[in-house]
Amino acid sequence: MSSTLPESEASPEVVPLRHWGRLVGALVTLVGVAMLVHTIFSKIPSRTGKTICHLVKGVKSCRPALEWRFSWNIVGSYLFNPLVMHGLWLTLQITFWAMLIGITLGLVIAMMRLSHNRLMSGIAWFYTWFFRGTPVYIQILFWFAIAYLYPTITVGIPFGPWSFLNINSVTLFTPLIAAITALGLNEAAYFSEIARAGLISVDEGQIEAATSIGMTPSQTMRMVILPQAMRVIIPPTGNEVISMLKTTSLAATIGVIELTGAVSEISATNFKTMPLLLVACVWYLLCTTILSIGQFYVERYFARGSLRTQPPTPIQRLRQDLKGFGAKRRKSAAVA
Amino acid sequence: MSAHMVEAKGVTKSYGALQVLKGLDLAVEKGEVTCLIGPSGSGKSTFLRCINHLEQHDSGVLRVDGELVGYELRGKKLYERSPKQICNQRANIGMVFQRFNLFQHLTVMENITIGQEEVKGISEDAAKQRARELLTRVGLESKEKAYPVQLSGGQQQRVAIARALAMEPKLMLFDEPTSALDPELVGEVLDVMRDLAKSGMTMIVVTHEMGFAREVANSVYFLDQGVIEESGEPNQVLANPRTERLQNFLSKVL
Repeated sequence: MSSTLPESEASPEVVPLRHWGRLVGALVTLVGVAMLVHTIFSKIPSRTGKTICHLVKGVKSCRPALEWRFSWNIVGSYLFNPLVMHGLWLTLQITFWAMLIGITLGLVIAMMRLSHNRLMSGIAWFYTWFFRGTPVYIQILFWFAIAYLYPTITVGIPFGPWSFLNINSVTLFTPLIAAITALGLNEAAYFSEIARAGLISVDEGQIEAATSIGMTPSQTMRMVILPQAMRVIIPPTGNEVISMLKTTSLAATIGVIELTGAVSEISATNFKTMPLLLVACVWYLLCTTILSIGQFYVERYFARGSLRTQPPTPIQRLRQDLKGFGAKRRKSAAVA
Repeated sequence: MSAHMVEAKGVTKSYGALQVLKGLDLAVEKGEVTCLIGPSGSGKSTFLRCINHLEQHDSGVLRVDGELVGYELRGKKLYERSPKQICNQRANIGMVFQRFNLFQHLTVMENITIGQEEVKGISEDAAKQRARELLTRVGLESKEKAYPVQLSGGQQQRVAIARALAMEPKLMLFDEPTSALDPELVGEVLDVMRDLAKSGMTMIVVTHEMGFAREVANSVYFLDQGVIEESGEPNQVLANPRTERLQNFLSKVL
């Protein structure tokens, strides 16, 4: 067989297949993207009818003034408005506390759901059923109006005559507390399902091995099951945090002046609705971007031991590409 | 107290209507190596798992080093022990699994130290030192920073043996330790087990490696359908099987 190839063609050059369809598709998309970017940063005749007039050889000639289609100048002027800044801070606070309640309670509910005790798993199932089955908007209104059902909240002996503590519901459930409670309890229902998926994804052999070296069930849970379940839990949880960041905007409906509330409040007085919505979008996008980057690194941390070699981070990849590019250039320069 | 490390009398176990152990008797002396052989589904793995209470036996008496496994005899009743007590019992019994079951999220070193530190309360330094000694013993001293996924099956199983030994057990249970390995990796694991037997460790080994059984075991038990069909010294049991079932079984595996 070896004689079929002449000496010079012993190792013929490999010609990669060209994917023409892919190339055309990419070009069409590129044109579309270019058009979109162009309109976003284009200017149009003034919406208020403003004109610019010149005297040309003694004759006054006027033409309409131009302004940004997306009113970027107005967006810029409100981006760091104190009310907007305070709203952003509230949004972040609500997100944090609601996620904290959601994750803590959700983990407990997930463990209850997996309990061998039928009553425990039944209650956990019921919780998820109720809070997943009603709109979160209604839940926010519900906690805001809880004083209708329970004018005072009493801490005492169950069914007993004495009470240690009486709190007026109206003073306890301020709009902010009502929003955090509603979002947190609702999140717990979703997170419990995420946590349950993570917990049951850990191989039973891991539990047996931990048991066989004498670990107690709680040690096994903390040191063996949870750290491995995290790999499955983190990606959907990142999704939940990002979703929560935006769902907090519903709190505006009960009078919490968070980011969305703040921009609505401002636009209610100056009618610059669209530019102020864009202000909110810019901040929401910035926050979700930071969260996504954080998620990438947390995922990477918990993936240790699951792959033989970790894939490179974007920064490592960039550095590698740059190095490769440099080497290629040096090589071609040397050939020339 | 008797010199028996493990003593079983009339041990039974059922899963629903299916009885997998139908009254097993077995005695293992201290320092002895015992091999359990038999076709799959014969109940040998279940029995092994009953010895460290990973499975709960239904009736019969099961003692490890004179102590009842999982129960306490008070008056005429057997009371189930608390999880804490059972954990203490288990810490004295090492177990090696068919599929290694190393903690995937921990390095080799952490796999061996976690039990020492968290269960026995040994300091980190002492635990690490012991781990290094054990890794040298199983020939993996260079792998302490590796994750299990980066090791071959044979290496993983040797780490699993080191992890069990780190707890300084008085008894080692092996559940088909070489069945998940590529043929060329079986030898390295059997070598470690052979050394361990020589050092005087009491071992119960569920295995299909008849060569290992013949060479290392002090006694061999043949299980079939939840019953011990034949038992005795390996030369006698493996070379001159009396029952037809064992003859059939040996003709298939040898």
